[in-house]
Amino acid sequence: MTSPRRQAFADGLRAVAPMVAAIVPFGVTAGVAGLDAGLGAALTMGMSVIVFAGASQLASIQLIDAGAAAPLVVITALIINLRMLMYSAHLAPHFQHLTAGWRSLMAYILTDQAYALTISRVMTEGGDRCSHWFYLGVALPLWGVWQLATAFGYWAGTAMPPAWELGFIVPLIFLALLMMSINSRPGVIAALVAGSLSVLGRDLPAGLGLTLASLAGIAAGVIAEGWRRD
Amino acid sequence: MIDPLWGVIAVIGAGTFAWRGAFLVFGHGLRMPDLVRRGLNYVPPAVFAALVLPGLVQWQTDGTMDAARLLAGAVAAWVAWRTRATLPTLIIGMIALWALRALLPA
Repeated sequence: MTSPRRQAFADGLRAVAPMVAAIVPFGVTAGVAGLDAGLGAALTMGMSVIVFAGASQLASIQLIDAGAAAPLVVITALIINLRMLMYSAHLAPHFQHLTAGWRSLMAYILTDQAYALTISRVMTEGGDRCSHWFYLGVALPLWGVWQLATAFGYWAGTAMPPAWELGFIVPLIFLALLMMSINSRPGVIAALVAGSLSVLGRDLPAGLGLTLASLAGIAAGVIAEGWRRD
Repeated sequence: MIDPLWGVIAVIGAGTFAWRGAFLVFGHGLRMPDLVRRGLNYVPPAVFAALVLPGLVQWQTDGTMDAARLLAGAVAAWVAWRTRATLPTLIIGMIALWALRALLPA
């Protein structure tokens, strides 16, 4: 017997499969980064479970390793995760009928991929009463594989020779995310301003350069968007 | 003694849950000011660019630019732009770095 719920869940699993493969090196890198920064196994895994947002985990670890002050680590991580607010706003109307418990679980496991796949299904096929099962089919494997990959990276990190320069994977991951996030001319301007200011400000204490450069880039994007309208 | 980093992680976790739950859990009718909504569009490109560029533009101990990192980054950027996917970007970027390290004078 295939109930609509089970069908939706299976559809989610199928849709997310290639993305699950793609997050493995990302998760492994987060584990290696935690090891390299001397966070210890408990803090590395604790961060992975409590925060569960890869880009902000890597950035936080980078800043902690550089000796940044705690408030700046928090501010930078929260700026990086601010996009989740947008996802939340976009998804919420489709899940209003669910209980608070369900919606809390969905919020905790919300990721770029879970948002993107679910919203495109809702948009193209129209939302139905089982969309949340599709969402779970997408989001749960991402959560599980992320935790396993982080643990593996931490555990296997010492076995990787420094000559491989695996630390280079961190900027490569952000590069891929950057290219996927640029979809307009103001977006290009936001990236150029933030990127160049971040290089100039890299020697500022406590990761201040990264945070200030990001804020300047966001402002530049909004201003550039205004120009285009005039 | 408990590591103070647990506090940092707890605050980041709570804040991230607040972003994720802002509309899903806490406020159905919540509306964002227009300026904030427009600014949110530029959070990903700005933050990711700020994270990535200092990792690609690096100087070596003798004061010269680390050309291998920069060129490998350019190759990876092109792959990321064309494929819009993480995995090929990582694989080709790492291969480019190793190849350039082997080819370029140290």
